[in-house]
Amino acid sequence: MSESPPQQIGVVTESTAGETRVAATPASVRQLLGLGYEVVVASEAGAASGFSDDAYAEAGARIGDAWQADVVLKVNAPSHEEIGKLRDGATLVGLIAPGLNPDLLDELARRPVTVLSMDAVPRISRAQSMDVLSSMANIAGYRAVIEAAHAFGRFFAGQVTAAGKVPPAKVLVAGAGVAGLAAIGAAGSLGAVVRATDPRAEVADQVRSLGGEFLAVEVEQESSTDGYAKATSEAYDRRAAEIYSEQAADVDIIVTTALIPGRPAPRLITAADVASMKPGSVIVDMAAAQGGNVEGTVSGKAIVTDNDVTIIGYTDLVGRLPAQASQLYGTNLVNLLKLLTPGEDGQLTLDFDDIVQRSVTVVRDGEKTWPPPPAQVSAAPAQPAAAPAAAPQAKEPRLSPAARYGLIGLGMIMMFLLIAISPTQLAANFTVFALAVVIGYYVIGKVHHALHTPLMSVTNAISGIVVVGALLQIGHDGAAVTVLSFVAIMLTTVNIFGGFAVTRRMLGMFSKG
Amino acid sequence: MNATTAAQAADIVAALLFIFSLAGLSQHRTARVGVAYGIGGMALALVATVIVAGRDISAGAVTLIIVATVIGGAVGVWRARKVEMTQMPELIAVLHSLVGLAAVLIGWNSYYEVEAHGSGQTLIAHDLLRIHHAEVFIGIFIGAVTFTGSIVAFLKLSARIKSRPLTLPGKNALNLGALAAFVALTIWFAVSPSLGLMIAVTVLALALGWHLVASIGGGDMPVVVSMLNSYSGWAAAAAGFLLNNNLLIVTGALVGSSGAYLSYIMCKAMNRSFISVIAGGFGIEAVAGGDTEQGEHRETSAEETAELLENATSVIITPGYGMAVAQAQHPVAALTQALRERGVQVRFGVHPVAGRLPGHMNVLLAEAKVPYDVVLEMDEINDDFGDTTVVLVIGANDTVNPAATDDPSSPIAGMPVLRVWEAENVIVFKRSMASGYAGVQNPLFFRENSRMLFGDAKQSVEDILRALSSPDSGSAAPRSGPRTTQQPTPV
Repeated sequence: MSESPPQQIGVVTESTAGETRVAATPASVRQLLGLGYEVVVASEAGAASGFSDDAYAEAGARIGDAWQADVVLKVNAPSHEEIGKLRDGATLVGLIAPGLNPDLLDELARRPVTVLSMDAVPRISRAQSMDVLSSMANIAGYRAVIEAAHAFGRFFAGQVTAAGKVPPAKVLVAGAGVAGLAAIGAAGSLGAVVRATDPRAEVADQVRSLGGEFLAVEVEQESSTDGYAKATSEAYDRRAAEIYSEQAADVDIIVTTALIPGRPAPRLITAADVASMKPGSVIVDMAAAQGGNVEGTVSGKAIVTDNDVTIIGYTDLVGRLPAQASQLYGTNLVNLLKLLTPGEDGQLTLDFDDIVQRSVTVVRDGEKTWPPPPAQVSAAPAQPAAAPAAAPQAKEPRLSPAARYGLIGLGMIMMFLLIAISPTQLAANFTVFALAVVIGYYVIGKVHHALHTPLMSVTNAISGIVVVGALLQIGHDGAAVTVLSFVAIMLTTVNIFGGFAVTRRMLGMFSKG
Repeated sequence: MNATTAAQAADIVAALLFIFSLAGLSQHRTARVGVAYGIGGMALALVATVIVAGRDISAGAVTLIIVATVIGGAVGVWRARKVEMTQMPELIAVLHSLVGLAAVLIGWNSYYEVEAHGSGQTLIAHDLLRIHHAEVFIGIFIGAVTFTGSIVAFLKLSARIKSRPLTLPGKNALNLGALAAFVALTIWFAVSPSLGLMIAVTVLALALGWHLVASIGGGDMPVVVSMLNSYSGWAAAAAGFLLNNNLLIVTGALVGSSGAYLSYIMCKAMNRSFISVIAGGFGIEAVAGGDTEQGEHRETSAEETAELLENATSVIITPGYGMAVAQAQHPVAALTQALRERGVQVRFGVHPVAGRLPGHMNVLLAEAKVPYDVVLEMDEINDDFGDTTVVLVIGANDTVNPAATDDPSSPIAGMPVLRVWEAENVIVFKRSMASGYAGVQNPLFFRENSRMLFGDAKQSVEDILRALSSPDSGSAAPRSGPRTTQQPTPV
């Protein structure tokens, strides 16, 4: 193994207008250093997120020209000039959106560089820690509720105050993906009554787990295999539209999050629905950039309709929480780099047999590698086919009641006959025995589970009572009997003393909090 | 009142005290009093018996009694003081074997006192003689099976032999054949007693006891140990029949039914019939579908777990045999205390068959000073998992397997399990991805809300403790203001 010098990671300043995020925070810089890399941060790169150059320097980064690094970390796709700044053989990591920007991809592929797109992380469980779309959607969902609360003229939580009773705000969240769930959680924790819709019935439990009510659309719907919602059927759309119309008239806040990859956002709320809303209501359309879920949304702006409903179409919800967004994005990057740096030696390696690494790589050494071969993941039941066949034999046949009574009856008759033909002495012994068994059963049945071990050691001790037999035998009838009895007494006294002593020791340990 | 009636009275009082003793053990509050009753009963019985027996034996024999008692008592107390709580199953198994062996010796003595004298014996009335022959055999048989069975159980529990079930060809036929042979020998002996038959039945029973337990796997040990507990009781009862002693019969019956009841509880907790446990072989037929990977699991670190715990409202720990193996009960107790001090509600959920002995986990946790009122059994805690932030699964596997409820084709289908997967987060402490005792893969590991924390359980818990106490653990924000809940991510 040859020792190569550690590679440099560059954290550049974002050039996109309005972008407040940065690809690494001082905390994530420390983690990158821990993977063996050197880190260069462009001056003022973190200023918009509130991270000063000093903070980066303190974390161990050098302030300098980040574009010359071996690995360049970015948030947004690079501009034409920025692509030119990359050195040959460099690796660029950022949100490239290869599906939406084929031209950009071609341009990148003309350079001898490798490009990893964070929005191409496959939606499989193992890759969740690098899933930028999820972490950003989480932030956006939260911020959407905060924006709504800001524009809404009233409390979210219901209160009874000296100045009168305030009913809780009613919030409808359309789409229970990551953003929707974050919105449900945020609205719920502000005290609002939250309802949610989603074409995927399997998310109902997640909605409920956050305190929301799931409004199911009761029509047939196929489940998705790639983790994203699919376009919906006609019957479904009709029923869903009815639900939205009903809800629009009732709720105070609507947050829409419905997006279908590679298509314009579905229209969920019509102009008529908006018109039916109460004055002062607020709609946050998180799909505004893709055309909006709400008729009348203006991308990037908040507007107020004639009936005094505010429709917020901000597209920079994530950027409105810059420090948080940078922290989560930075952590996603660190997690990806952990995967790409198996030796923690500051050497980035790509393994195309790994589905995550294969998927994120959109350009390798100037060669386009997007789209990746499809990955099938689903939370839906995986192997229902084999299960039922094996089922019947697994269960043992239970006795029918008749057979059970028959057996009990038979046992009783046997018992009767046995005692009836026994001599008096044996019959008396049987009487004692039978009663003792019954007593034992009922007494033990009441013992607390936690005390089963002490119970066993006590029964150990008292079953040492067989010593009585040996005591009655010792000294009679010759040496053999005496020797055997002596041994038996010794063995059983181990039981008696040991059993009681260990039980006392155990019980002494049990203490109440 | 003469010595004989006094001795009889003492026997009855002792028997009652034993019943009170077991009744006292039903609750923590009265358990210590219960033990005191037991000791009292035993002392009374011994003193009465020695006085009665001492009237017609030599001073030398009395000395022997005292010597034997002193030796046995010393060994017993020494072992009881020294034993590690994780080794309780082994100790219990050894104690069972001693009762079994003593019963065998008493049976042989009785043979020497009665049958060896042929028709010249005077101890037993003539019409009871045949019954006595049979009783000798029954006593020896039960005692010998208990003896070797317990020895094998001890060897398996202490890992001196492999805990894998022994699978001789036609093992059920062997067991049944041995039983049939025993019945035949008993009838033969009742007709014409001889030393050869005595040896034959003893060897037969010793072999049967060995084979019976050797064919049962390590994970079924809770059932085996309570079953042997029961046998040791029946052995004592058989000795009582043999000697016509009511105290032995009552005590043996109490212990016997106690062990049987425990076995029944254990079997119910595994959703298996007693017969199927005894017949052994569980897990063998399960291997076919068991080894397939069922998806991706995710790892977590001690630091992340510490952060998660710190921000939790409610934590449930479900321990299993792995906790005992790793000796992790002390750090687990320290973790419990640390979290409780931070205002986190911490409870334990114990499955009836967790560990290798009924109630084993409770004893381990008690040893580590975990208050017993936060240690709950499965039925008490199963409905609370839904409101729980974090579940720590420490060394448990089959007892938290969702396949038991979800997958009717699973070998453990229908077994009641701790429904840990209903909690927001599940952290599974495990050495590797190997399947549990039952050889069944655990879909819990691949659930969305599960994280694996690989490594030695003790080490992992200690790491979490360290991460908890260090001031800069992650984003160790002071616990003020509203807390954000972890968002489940749809896939």
